[in-house]
Amino acid sequence: MKASILFAGVGGQGVITAASIMASAALKDGYNVVMSELHGMAQRGGDVKCAVRIGDVLSPIIPPGTAKAIVALEPLEALRNIEAVSKNGLVITDINPIYPPLTSIGIGRYPSLDEIFGEIEKHCKLVKIDANEIARKAGSILTKNVVMLGALHSLKVLPIKRGSIIEAIKELLHKHAEINIKAFELGEKAIP
Amino acid sequence: MNLLEENKKAILLGNEAIARGAIEAGLDFATTYPGTPASEIADTLSIIAREMKRAGKEPPFYFEYSVNEKVALEMAAAAAISGLRALTSMKHVGMNVASDALMTYAYVGCKGGHVIVTGDDPSCHSSQNEQDNRQYAKFASLPMLEPSSPAEAKEMIMEAFELSEKLSLPVILRETTRVAHTRGVVELGKIDWSHRKGNFERGDYVTVPDVARKLHPILLEKMERAKEMAEKSRFNFIEGEGSAGIITSGVAYNYVKEAIDDLNGKAKILKLGFTNPLPEKMIADFLKKVEKVLIVEELEPYLEEQIKKIAYENNIDVKIYGKGYGKFSRIYEYTPAIVYPTIAEFLGIEYEIEEAKIKVTPRPPILCPGCPHRATYYAVKQVAPPDTIYPTDIGCYTLGLLPPYKTADFLLCMGSSVGSGGGFAMATKKKVISFIGDSTFFHAGLPALINALHHNHNFTIAILDNSTTAMTGHQPHPGNNIDGMGNEATPIDIASLVKGMGVKHVEVVNPYNLKATKEAFKRALEYDGLSVVVAKAPCILLDLKRRKKRITFEVVQEKCTGCNECINNFACPAFYREGDKIKINDALCTGCGFCVQVCPEGAIRRRMEVGK
Repeated sequence: MKASILFAGVGGQGVITAASIMASAALKDGYNVVMSELHGMAQRGGDVKCAVRIGDVLSPIIPPGTAKAIVALEPLEALRNIEAVSKNGLVITDINPIYPPLTSIGIGRYPSLDEIFGEIEKHCKLVKIDANEIARKAGSILTKNVVMLGALHSLKVLPIKRGSIIEAIKELLHKHAEINIKAFELGEKAIP
Repeated sequence: MNLLEENKKAILLGNEAIARGAIEAGLDFATTYPGTPASEIADTLSIIAREMKRAGKEPPFYFEYSVNEKVALEMAAAAAISGLRALTSMKHVGMNVASDALMTYAYVGCKGGHVIVTGDDPSCHSSQNEQDNRQYAKFASLPMLEPSSPAEAKEMIMEAFELSEKLSLPVILRETTRVAHTRGVVELGKIDWSHRKGNFERGDYVTVPDVARKLHPILLEKMERAKEMAEKSRFNFIEGEGSAGIITSGVAYNYVKEAIDDLNGKAKILKLGFTNPLPEKMIADFLKKVEKVLIVEELEPYLEEQIKKIAYENNIDVKIYGKGYGKFSRIYEYTPAIVYPTIAEFLGIEYEIEEAKIKVTPRPPILCPGCPHRATYYAVKQVAPPDTIYPTDIGCYTLGLLPPYKTADFLLCMGSSVGSGGGFAMATKKKVISFIGDSTFFHAGLPALINALHHNHNFTIAILDNSTTAMTGHQPHPGNNIDGMGNEATPIDIASLVKGMGVKHVEVVNPYNLKATKEAFKRALEYDGLSVVVAKAPCILLDLKRRKKRITFEVVQEKCTGCNECINNFACPAFYREGDKIKINDALCTGCGFCVQVCPEGAIRRRMEVGK
């Protein structure tokens, strides 16, 4: 069995934390896990992506077109990585754009959300949620990454147990666990 | 602390696995200069040391963030020649700085095991070049191991200490970004908590010509013994069956294995982990057993050239493919998108991937909202003549390259802003402002400043002092009063140091004060001779951690005339346009308040209600 998920977003959104929670939960369920991340310059507001792969996997990079899902904390970042996801897979994305700063001085263009979503739908199934609003309901915009994990879990993309994810949240987020578990639950409910 | 748990499985970053392996192997002494992708090796040791101290325990090793890689290597060499187990970690270009010591250290050798980790960065994810440091192992004649995964990295560093002691030679552990920054499942064994003290005994360690001539043949003998060890090493192994052969090393091994699995292909794989010196007999035997060979290695044809030589010397008539075959080249990192189709071609299997069609607007890294460097650049651009030349250096502030600032014109390496600054001043007679960060200044700026001062070069050095090594993850440097172990350290004040050297025009300014900063740079530019401006304000990310209350700013729409100064010339990423309105993103604003001085209409004020 091989299963890969790509987490994507903008530096500072908690992309790596979300991926770490899934990786840790997968280990609890007894899976082999490989996770890739990039540090350094990527922290400074640049695009960030992080792969979590479980099962009979070795490569830290997802072979093209084989990811079961892209979990995007920003819509443009979902589109940027669309080649990673399988035609039978899906994209779960937040709907709140973060404009690359250079676009405000006329360098590059941020496409309309309709364009972005249209392109994604040409490729695979698309699930959209307003994770900002849900995270605020949970108590802090900073829980947006965990809201996305809740949504991912209720879409049953990975065979990872709910209890293991909750345990991983507690271990990795220590004193912020409570608010993040609330965010996870609200994320789950966001998927009908 | 989970970093110190024992007898269980954990998910560790490649770099954490290396640090962990080192303390299980009885590490006594560790030195580094931080650099991506190697930083977390030392950072992990720093965390362990500080947490143990806080718990009232003495860590079993000495650790320091040295001023640069050369000093780091020299420190650890002294420990290793005194019988201690030492670790020195650095990024690939750090090896260039350390190489002066390294080349002769190979002659001298060590007693305690010494592992030198180089973090190579194929694709230049966060580097100024993608040099292949496997060449250093050959160049210096030192044994080298190359891991493919965090688990293997941990096994290899433990073995590397043993090898180093058996051969009395430092051993290079060469990782790449995709091993350093991959997390994988690692077995945590027992930590060696024992404390040891070094014992130095005199020997043939003073490399005057007579001694050096004696030591060189000894080094070559040691490397002959190392070759025997490579032949038997568990890190060099053959797996799979087939008439087609693949030889691979490092992270590329993972792509090869998965490609063969996913493509349902058949191949005999020689995986090399002990890659200097190469196991010649093992390779020759392998070449004889296959009809053709594909070499899958990132960057330079390091294995390929040596393997072709082995085939030639052993009269083995086998076709060897490597660089130039399929999608394989000497540039950038390999990925499944490169390795899968190339292996498919090699094995005669149909494989198609969709080429990336969509071009999405890039999102390059930028200076953070509230970064003091942006404030400095904003001030400098207002007072410097348009044809000013801006040599820059290695750090966050290199991002001044991007519009609208474009305050970065030339960059080679750590410290090059000061050396090249003098060169531009002498060669062009134009105004020159060299930008260099505090940690980089200590690392390699000092000798260049002495040179500029001594030769009366006429230019300005702007030292951007944010009191940390920010880009690599906020490691301490000689300007701080606490070191990497949490001990009290002697802070070196940059302005006093520069004045003490004899620079006549030195000013310290708070970059968040626009008027004062502009005036300071105006005076520095007017000064005939070498001038230094220290722009001193802590990295905003550190400052935010210290703040108790969140402060943010907002645009008063009634006062805003839409002149766009804040967006077009200040370019703080918290500003954005919504329709014809300019707004500040409350989630991104860090409350530095500098924009209040930027807005000509006085339309920016502190927000009363700050969002969650």
